[in-house]
Amino acid sequence: MTEKTTILNLPEEELVHPGNRACSGCGLSIIYRIGLKALGRDTILVVPPSCLTVLQGLYPIAATQLPCLNVTFASTAAAATGVLGALRAQKREKTTVVAWAGDGGTSDIGIQSLSGACERGEDFIFICYDNEAYMNTGVQRSGTTPKGVITTTTPIRGKLQKKKEVPAIIAAHGIDYVATASAAYPLDLYDKIKKAKTISGPRYIHVHTPCPAGWGFEPRYTVKIGKMAVETGLYDLYEIEHSKFKLTGPSRKLIGKKRKPVAEYFKTQSRFKALSDKRTEEVQQEIDAKWEGYENE
Amino acid sequence: MKDNKYGSMKSHSEPGPGDGGRTGSWRVVRPVIDNSKCIPAKSNKMSCFTCWLFCPDGVITKTIPPTIDYEYCKGCEICAEECPVDAITMVEEADFTEEEK
Repeated sequence: MTEKTTILNLPEEELVHPGNRACSGCGLSIIYRIGLKALGRDTILVVPPSCLTVLQGLYPIAATQLPCLNVTFASTAAAATGVLGALRAQKREKTTVVAWAGDGGTSDIGIQSLSGACERGEDFIFICYDNEAYMNTGVQRSGTTPKGVITTTTPIRGKLQKKKEVPAIIAAHGIDYVATASAAYPLDLYDKIKKAKTISGPRYIHVHTPCPAGWGFEPRYTVKIGKMAVETGLYDLYEIEHSKFKLTGPSRKLIGKKRKPVAEYFKTQSRFKALSDKRTEEVQQEIDAKWEGYENE
Repeated sequence: MKDNKYGSMKSHSEPGPGDGGRTGSWRVVRPVIDNSKCIPAKSNKMSCFTCWLFCPDGVITKTIPPTIDYEYCKGCEICAEECPVDAITMVEEADFTEEEK
């Protein structure tokens, strides 16, 4: 997979129906639409409670044309293992099994079953869309909410703890493919899912997903804000393929170039309004140190 | 549902549009494409389609010229924001008469 997908050769067939219950300007809708194009029809989805449960369709109409198995929060990866077992018994080993969970279902509640499945080496793709809080239930803090962010459970001073580095935790299991992507770069995500399909064993893709309702910005800026997170260097797009780390796409192009100041990104969203200048400065220093490491490689 | 082979109590959904109803009614502003500015409409070639790529609901078609399904468009304005030539303008829904809707 060296050739990059462009808008023109992206498949036209839609596997997600319009008229679903996602908010207008939802970042998840973009990646779900493009992600299913990459996965293709021969796919079974396993989805824990999340915004995706709402988006994929409630009874009696489903917005998704693929089979979706709705499971409990803690058992996402375990249920995917069960689906794999059932497919093996039916000798349908070509079917792709995809667990698609939110950041809460991945980093907090679902991490033990995901860790177990990675350790067992189950042949499935796990996609985590990271909107940095429990958006579906009303913006409660999660393990991946960044420090200083206002949520309904951290209302005045913002969250006191740091964001959990989930891709690094999963990469520490030594699995063959770990990648990060962003909703603002759907073609990059498409290529990464396509690549993941060619590899066997557990594969993990972490997608940064802006949420207008939870982050406090106008729906029209979903893509702009997603791009800004990458351009400021706060969120970087990379692949860890067979333990080899490589920056990809837009992040790779940033090497040696001047990045936007992270304060600009913080100003665009009302969830960062409790952030002090000192904390902003700290984040900028963390980003600079991280990128110095990338540039010296 | 249609298939009654396994009895009447089944809890699976059938695929189809409009799971959340006619989501076009959520819209306050309506995206209107100006075909004299739109790149594929102007050049009559398969090109650009940035609006089609980023539309969260997939209501914009990848055709020449691109069209928008107003039945389900939620009016999020991402297409207007991302269009490289500003061919999409957002018009107040109140400006349209009942017939035009």
